[in-house]
Amino acid sequence: MINGKSTNHVQTSAKTEKNRFILKLRDLKDNSPYLVMLIPAVVVVFLFNYMPIYGILIAFQDFVPGDSILSETTQWVGFDNFSRFFNDPQFWPLMRNTFLLCIIGFVIGFPLPIIVALMLNSLRKKKAGKILQTVFTAPHFISLVVMVGMLTIFFGRYGLINNIVTEFGGERFSYFLESSAFRPLYILSSNWQDFGWSAIIYIAALSNVDPQQHEAANLDGASRFQRIIYVDLPAIMPIVSVMLIMSIGGLMGVGYEKALLMQTDGNLAVSELISTYVYKRGLTGLPDQGYATAIGLFNSVINVVLLIIANSASKKFSENSLW
Amino acid sequence: MSNKPAKNRKRGAAMVPLGDRVFYVINAVFLGILAVIVIYPLYFIIIASISDPDAVLTGKAVFFPVGITFSGFKKIMERTDVWIGYLNTIIYTAITVVVSLIVTIPAGWALSRKTLPGKKLFMIYFIIPMFFGGGLIPFYNVMRKLGLINSMWAIILPSVLSVWNLFMTKIFFESSIPDDLIEAAKIDGAGVFRTFFCIVLPLSKAVIAVMALYYAVGQWNSYFNAMIFLQDENLYPLQLVLKEILIASESTVGGSGETILEQYRLANQLKYVSVIVSSLPVILLYPFVQKHFKQGVMIGSLRG
Repeated sequence: MINGKSTNHVQTSAKTEKNRFILKLRDLKDNSPYLVMLIPAVVVVFLFNYMPIYGILIAFQDFVPGDSILSETTQWVGFDNFSRFFNDPQFWPLMRNTFLLCIIGFVIGFPLPIIVALMLNSLRKKKAGKILQTVFTAPHFISLVVMVGMLTIFFGRYGLINNIVTEFGGERFSYFLESSAFRPLYILSSNWQDFGWSAIIYIAALSNVDPQQHEAANLDGASRFQRIIYVDLPAIMPIVSVMLIMSIGGLMGVGYEKALLMQTDGNLAVSELISTYVYKRGLTGLPDQGYATAIGLFNSVINVVLLIIANSASKKFSENSLW
Repeated sequence: MSNKPAKNRKRGAAMVPLGDRVFYVINAVFLGILAVIVIYPLYFIIIASISDPDAVLTGKAVFFPVGITFSGFKKIMERTDVWIGYLNTIIYTAITVVVSLIVTIPAGWALSRKTLPGKKLFMIYFIIPMFFGGGLIPFYNVMRKLGLINSMWAIILPSVLSVWNLFMTKIFFESSIPDDLIEAAKIDGAGVFRTFFCIVLPLSKAVIAVMALYYAVGQWNSYFNAMIFLQDENLYPLQLVLKEILIASESTVGGSGETILEQYRLANQLKYVSVIVSSLPVILLYPFVQKHFKQGVMIGSLRG
């Protein structure tokens, strides 16, 4: 269609080139409205995601809040902020607190939704399963502030647990001032909030299992429990490995939001995490922003490395990977 | 949720082997216990909010309300900070939802088109922030540069686009808007915008609802940005006011025995009531929007 009925060979190819270019231009013109639709999203991501990435430069500076990042007076200090952090007496406690909170949370929080999804899926009464799922999902919508507030309601000095304990002649004490109670409270409440929500994705995958597979297993004399192990579990393995990669990528990525709410002078020895320390050094008291940014960068680099390791391991041992 | 064929069930329980019957019972009992663990804390807060504070404090109101009183609710009606926070949160949430839909839905549509010029580059542009960010301090400095400190826009603008939501929208469009339809509209001479507004949007109520809900719940429940960016208490959202009521009292213990006890008695009652009042909109909405939330997760799971 493009070259029409042209007889000259050379002329044809030149014409084709030209026409192709025109077509491309027309194509661009036709599709340019899509670019317009993307503009707001591109701008928002640029402002709130990419501009901060540029701001990481202050991790390599002796930065005074209010200064511009690149100017003649900028004091470049190389990796000084990082070596300061490695020599900070807080370094090992922070690493330990962050790692332990994440790894224990992961060991409990990763399998729990899978188990619940498998159990819900093998309930005989469909309707009961639906109702239970509604109940299990509800706590996900409780805000962090209310969640931690609820913890004080139950585990505070004058909370329900203590009220019952004193009725039986026990002594009152606030679980919030006990450092040994921080991790259990943090992890259990997180699981209480989110196990039902996290289970949805597995339940969705389980509903796609071919019923014929179950029938065939039934004929072979498999018990319901065996069918979970040999039919249901393999069916959700792909989604399990994707979720696994994602969680490993977040293993050192616990945020400050909930920990900050739960921190008291009494539990600071275990509740101070890398992320909460970044917040305190960078935004409160006498801010040391270059230092705080360096710590934050150190943490995100660990996360990216973990993600890459998890992804390539998954690629090697199974066919599932994020990229 | 059992995948058993119906005919099997009709033949009665006798067909189910003993081992399986034991399994079903244990399974049901275990899930029942789990349900109690989820429901009881919520139930306790409701009964505690309408019980006599002394009965709660002495551990008497555990299963049923004791000495029913609504004094807690009366007290919270007098707290103007709570109501200012409430109003602020409603305003922030409403604006966030409207702006985020304007930003997310068209962008999701554009990203889902194969003909989008430079599609690969845009995808990379949006994927990078999912795994790497500047962190808290550079983010704070950008907000200061933009002059957003102590402004309500500091709460709204950073929340108007979540890259996760953007990709969820994109996947929805890819999987549920038939290409033939768009092709047909193009042949009929409809431009990109006309196609989007007249054909795509009416077919996308599900994803619009899911996104509106995700953004709304996210904004309703957030406190941290407000805590670091707002100084003016009249701008505080509800969660920040709640933080004072619910959490501050636990770490600041002072005074003599009797007054502490009295303070706790009143503070706790206020806690129960404020948990209920603040969560009420979400609780009331939850049964209606539940299926949409699930739909959202399903859309997301198509990725896997």
